[in-house]
Amino acid sequence: MNISHLKMPQRKKKFQERTITLAHGSGGSAMRDLIDDVFVGSFDNPTLSLLEDQARIDLNSLMLLGDRLAFTTDSYVVTPLFFPGGDIGTLAVNGTVNDLSVSGAKPLFLSCSVILEEGLEIDILRRVVDSMKTASLAVGVQIVTGDTKVVPRGSADKLFINTTGIGVIKTGISPSAREIQPGDIVLVNGTLGDHGAAILVARGELSLETDIKSDCQPLNGLVDAIVSVCPNVRAMRDATRGGLATVLNEFAQSANVGIRLHESAIPVKKEVAGMCELLGFDPLYLANEGKLVVVVPPDSADEVLATMRSHPTGKDAQIVGEVIANPAGVVLLKTDFGTERIVDMLVGEQLPRIC
Amino acid sequence: MKYINEFRDPQKAQILIEQIQQISNQISSDKPIKIMEVCGGHTHAIFKYGLEDLLPKTIELVHGPGCPVCIMPKGRLDDAIALAQQPNIIFTTFGDAMRVPGSKYSLLQAKANGADIRMVYSPLDALQIAKQNPEKEVVFFAIGFETTAPSTALTVLQAESDRVENFSLFCNHVLVVPALEALLANPDLQLNGFVGPGHVSTVIGTEPYQVIAERYHKPVVVSGFEPLDILQSIWMVVKQLAEKRCEVENQYSRLVQSHGNAVALDAMQRVFAVREAFEWRGLGDIPLSGLKMRPEYARFDAEAKFTFPGRQVADHKACQCGEILKGVLKPWQCKVFGTACTPEHPLGACMVSSEGACAAYYKYGRLSIGKREEVKVN
Repeated sequence: MNISHLKMPQRKKKFQERTITLAHGSGGSAMRDLIDDVFVGSFDNPTLSLLEDQARIDLNSLMLLGDRLAFTTDSYVVTPLFFPGGDIGTLAVNGTVNDLSVSGAKPLFLSCSVILEEGLEIDILRRVVDSMKTASLAVGVQIVTGDTKVVPRGSADKLFINTTGIGVIKTGISPSAREIQPGDIVLVNGTLGDHGAAILVARGELSLETDIKSDCQPLNGLVDAIVSVCPNVRAMRDATRGGLATVLNEFAQSANVGIRLHESAIPVKKEVAGMCELLGFDPLYLANEGKLVVVVPPDSADEVLATMRSHPTGKDAQIVGEVIANPAGVVLLKTDFGTERIVDMLVGEQLPRIC
Repeated sequence: MKYINEFRDPQKAQILIEQIQQISNQISSDKPIKIMEVCGGHTHAIFKYGLEDLLPKTIELVHGPGCPVCIMPKGRLDDAIALAQQPNIIFTTFGDAMRVPGSKYSLLQAKANGADIRMVYSPLDALQIAKQNPEKEVVFFAIGFETTAPSTALTVLQAESDRVENFSLFCNHVLVVPALEALLANPDLQLNGFVGPGHVSTVIGTEPYQVIAERYHKPVVVSGFEPLDILQSIWMVVKQLAEKRCEVENQYSRLVQSHGNAVALDAMQRVFAVREAFEWRGLGDIPLSGLKMRPEYARFDAEAKFTFPGRQVADHKACQCGEILKGVLKPWQCKVFGTACTPEHPLGACMVSSEGACAAYYKYGRLSIGKREEVKVN
């Protein structure tokens, strides 16, 4: 099976079944009905409507937007599928949009491949696809090609999504971790760890009740605003798994510089901080799904900060640290106590502490 | 965060540091004053807040054997893994025990290989899993000092009253005072006093530490876990030394009472008995330092219900954790620190969990190692 499933002629009949069966991945009429009704109906756009084996994208119109393509892919697996602040569908669109955006690219096209577990309720799939539609409309990207597979019960956990994205990078914009230099300033666009904390609570294993919501949001608008005031932005990255600490360690190692964070400047919601206290977690390592880490030259820092704060996805932006020459390859935290410690890469997942 | 931030006030910390400096100057000694913080939670806080860098050079902290995950011997982990791999068993454990390597691999790797191993936040979660899976045998990997032992004991009592038949403990609870006595009996030991454990003491109180003050003539100050708690406790230990006192004092009086928590102690007493000896990673067999299930609760005792290897496995030859736990060596003075022994591939107890002294130095403190090396007090 390949991406040709989306090219099936659209049928008028409303899809009636309630659960996914292996027949929906068989290539036959059951699959065609599912795709027509759930996917093609939702993601309706001119490219998809051509219903070919592949999306065909006009090069000339792309070249008007910039001089390089940005191309990225990501797979989404999350438990639970729905959580406060989003679901796997919003993640699958915003996550790939953000991976494109942090290169300075305008995100344009996404693919959507799903792996469904036999027995999944079709209403769940519909809700997820609806979320993808809403999220893609908000960003202004089109979902132009896709694929559907069904695996036997137990071979996948309900629903996995892969999205691949294409965007165009404006001429003259080329942020890269290797451009980071001593003296540069590090900013983030808001509170850290909201997504990781929201997912932990949503799993229900902690018996905690909180109002923490995932920060799942697209960053393309914020990146546009930053690039327009600071075309020589050194580096940008979307701090997802591993959190701010992991991104900054990657930056420090790529550019062979040190980075010093200031504990007092790092924005963390008090509910998230409280949860971390209880479980022995560090919010610097918790996942985010809409947090931008930006490194800019020192003379642009104030303007970039003001620009970020005037944008809806950057209103809680903060300068959190600066780039230093030594120790190279290391991230330091200046604690509120006036001491310094290393903020290292995690070996694996953060695990709750026993005492 | 109310009642937490108050204990992290840098101005107050500065006042304490100055007072520690002043009092320690009154003690005439050609060596630094060595104070052991026993508890892994204290070690974690000391590194997280960089307290060692604030302290005067006359004070040296020794990081003790108080991380229950670190001191679990390889043989017991092998037993846990063997148990988890038996058919029809759901093996439940606290999260931070998952990555600790046995002689071949960890519970995390055993899980990847197909064992049904589940992380829980409380032993009651394990009991719940047992109720939900009556056709399976659910084993809880009971580890920890007197801090966690009462909740395990209460879970067994709950299982008894709920008539749950498919739940058992693999009991590895350990006791803090016998371990300290074993350290103190060692002629190599170079310690002047102790910052005593906080959470353990909420259960056992402060009275059990009297033996350390009376028999071994070392001050003990039971401490809370916030940076100001720890600094104040260090100040109290140094003050005792300056005044030539050896007493048990309680800095953590907002939670710890001298006689402890009677309900918790009673639950432990009902379910557990003291083992003749228990092996500690890095320290070897320590008499009367571990807990086992009482015979009347044998039906909840995995050691009575199942068979497993039960072999002692020696620590790696190059590992010097024993010397580090006694305060004879600093982590970075170990031959394999940061080379053959890292948090990714720990050889010894102290590198295993983030609360172990070596892992804490590796994770938070590598920069200051050089600085501390230069410290020589005349």
